[in-house]
Amino acid sequence: MEKRCADTQVKGVSTGTTILAATFDGGVVIGSDSRASMGGEYVSSKTINKVIQVHDQIFCCMAGSLADAQAVIKAAKFHLSFHCVQMETPPLVIAAASILKDLCYKNKDELQAGFITAGWDRKKGPQVYVVSLGGMLISQPVTIGGSGSTYIYGYTDAKYKPNMSRDECLQFATNALSLAMGRDNVSGGVAHLVVITEAGVEHVVIPGNKLPKFHDE
Amino acid sequence: MFEETEPEWLNEEVKTGTTILAIEFNGGVVLGSDSRVSAGASVVNRVMNKLSPLHDKIYCALSGSAADAQTIAEIVNYQLDVHSIEIGEDPQVRSAASLVKNISYKYKEELSAHLIVAGWDRRAGGQVFATLNGLLTRQPFAVGGSGSSYVYGFVDAEYRKDMCKEECQKFVINTLSLAMNRDGSSGGVAYIVTIDEQSTEEKVVLGNDLPKFFDQ
Repeated sequence: MEKRCADTQVKGVSTGTTILAATFDGGVVIGSDSRASMGGEYVSSKTINKVIQVHDQIFCCMAGSLADAQAVIKAAKFHLSFHCVQMETPPLVIAAASILKDLCYKNKDELQAGFITAGWDRKKGPQVYVVSLGGMLISQPVTIGGSGSTYIYGYTDAKYKPNMSRDECLQFATNALSLAMGRDNVSGGVAHLVVITEAGVEHVVIPGNKLPKFHDE
Repeated sequence: MFEETEPEWLNEEVKTGTTILAIEFNGGVVLGSDSRVSAGASVVNRVMNKLSPLHDKIYCALSGSAADAQTIAEIVNYQLDVHSIEIGEDPQVRSAASLVKNISYKYKEELSAHLIVAGWDRRAGGQVFATLNGLLTRQPFAVGGSGSSYVYGFVDAEYRKDMCKEECQKFVINTLSLAMNRDGSSGGVAYIVTIDEQSTEEKVVLGNDLPKFFDQ
């Protein structure tokens, strides 16, 4: 079986990570772990934040090569703010996702980065978009990514329900991150979660020892 | 360019690329597997039963290279028969697992198969042993095969100690269904074997009878 994670072939610092985003009734939760590793043996950072704010109510999670992801997000933030000035209204979530997609697609030979974009806008409410390695853009109610995501496909399929409440969705995301961090050696640290609704943005950080424990811990 | 190249799958090793699991409950074990055998991108058998009997109340679940796994199971089946005649009673599950482990460890460079051994015996009740790469360890439950990666999170979250037989069967069917949906090398039907003191029961759950989850 071929593992999904391209980051094992990436030299240098890679995010070897677990990221996810899920919509609930009235908003969206986006989250990630906080470990950056080199080659799967050395943890270069225990507390890196992979959830980046690209606009007031639009956040992105990065996976793959850390350097590539940071560079792409920086360029995307610039394009997005320019777009925002031109349109004179807050940008749509799909605009942010499209900008990332364009950058990933046009530079697909040089880049190894994937993104999950989640946010709230007035036109379509809460949305989650995923931009994969080659530059495909699709919208999904729930999505997971990064090397740790392999281990929680079954859990996500079984436990995600559309239109959950905010607390249920937050619990689902926390459990999923905790399970992935428990099995993937290149994911770990703290769980960074951001809850985005019409009202605004709320950051939740859960340190490793406060994450939910499962049967063998 | 009119040459006909032979299909790729003729040169690919046949793998069971699979999802297998076994779980112990108070009084027995439940084993489960999918039914897909692939050679590269081709499915060469969509209804293979990967749960192989080693003795009346001891089964093993096959994964990895189909040839290696079947051969190990056949050899251990023979060795267990001889052993049970020598000791004059039914063999222990640990003995069966040890025999599998001995082959897996001795030939670990040549073989690429992982067998999960599970069964019931009079001394220790239901037991599950994992024999990956030549180790031998008893666990409350074990998952294996390519599809198992996708359900580690699910089994970690859902497993509870002291489940009863029916809950274990449901757990196995749910896990198999989730893995079969995500792993390209797992699919087909689900085979379940339940072993306890009274009986050894084999069951098949057809594809359309498997539980459905979100987005199906």
